[in-house]
Amino acid sequence: MKRAFPILGILTAILLSYALCMALMPVVHIWGFTVGVPTEQTMGDVQRIFYYHVPSAWTAFILFTINFVASIVYLARRKPAADIVALTSAEVGVVFCTIVLVTGPIWARPVWGIWWTWDMRLTSTLVLWLIYVSYLMLRRFSASGQTPLLAAALAVLGALCVPFVYFSIWFFRTQHPQPVMGGGGSIDPRMLHVLLINWLAFSCFAFLVCWSRYRLEKVQREVEQAHALESLTEAPRSMR
Amino acid sequence: MNGYLFAAYAAVWIIHIAYLATLVSRYSRLKREIEELKKK
Repeated sequence: MKRAFPILGILTAILLSYALCMALMPVVHIWGFTVGVPTEQTMGDVQRIFYYHVPSAWTAFILFTINFVASIVYLARRKPAADIVALTSAEVGVVFCTIVLVTGPIWARPVWGIWWTWDMRLTSTLVLWLIYVSYLMLRRFSASGQTPLLAAALAVLGALCVPFVYFSIWFFRTQHPQPVMGGGGSIDPRMLHVLLINWLAFSCFAFLVCWSRYRLEKVQREVEQAHALESLTEAPRSMR
Repeated sequence: MNGYLFAAYAAVWIIHIAYLATLVSRYSRLKREIEELKKK
C-alpha cells in the first residue's frame, strides 16, 4: 500500500502531462503520424477550455456521488471511516466544482460576449457549489458532537442537486451547450479521445488527493483523541 | 496562445496548487502536534 501511492503519483503526473499536451496541441503530422486535436471552426482555440471544464465537472459529480453514498453509510451505520470519506470527497469535489465555475465564464466571455448569465445550468451549478461550501463550513466551524450527523443529512439533500444540474440542459431551454455524450450531438473522435484522457487524468489526480486527505483526516482525529485523553489524565492530577 | 485559453488553464492549475499547498501546511502542522505529543 505504501508503494502504491508514489507509483500512482508518477503515473498520474505522466497522464496529466500527456493530457495537457494533447489538449493544447493542434493537428500536426510527424513522421507520417497525425497527432493533436483539431481546432474547432467557429470558436477557435477557446474551445480547448472544454478539455478541462467538462472533465472537471464530471469528476466533481463523481466526488459528490461518493459523498452521498458515504453519508448514507454513515447515517445507517455510524462508521467514522464513512464520515471521513464523505468529508474528503466533498472537499475535493468543491475544488473541482470551483474549477468548473471559473473556467466556464472564461470560455463564455469570448463565445457569448458575457461572463455570466442566470441560465438554469449555470445557476444550478452555483447552487450546488454553495451547498457543498456550506457543508464544509458546517464541518469546520461547528463544535457539536452531532456535526457528522447534520453534515450527512445536508449531504443527502445536496446530492439531490447533482442530477438536477446534470439534466438541467435536457429539461430547460438553456444557453449552455448541449451535452457532449448522450444528447444527440456529435463530436470529432479525436476531441472525444482527448476529453476522455483528461477525464481519466483528473479522476486519478482526484483519487490521489482524496487518499492523502483521508490519511490526514484520520491522523488528525487520532491526535485529537490523544489530546482529549491527555487532558482527562491531567485533570485528576490538577485537582489533588 | 489565446489569452482566454491561457487564463483558463492557468486558473485550473493555480486552484489545484493552492489546494495542495493547504494540504501540505495541514500536514506540517499535524506533524508538529505529533512531535509535541511525543515529548510529553
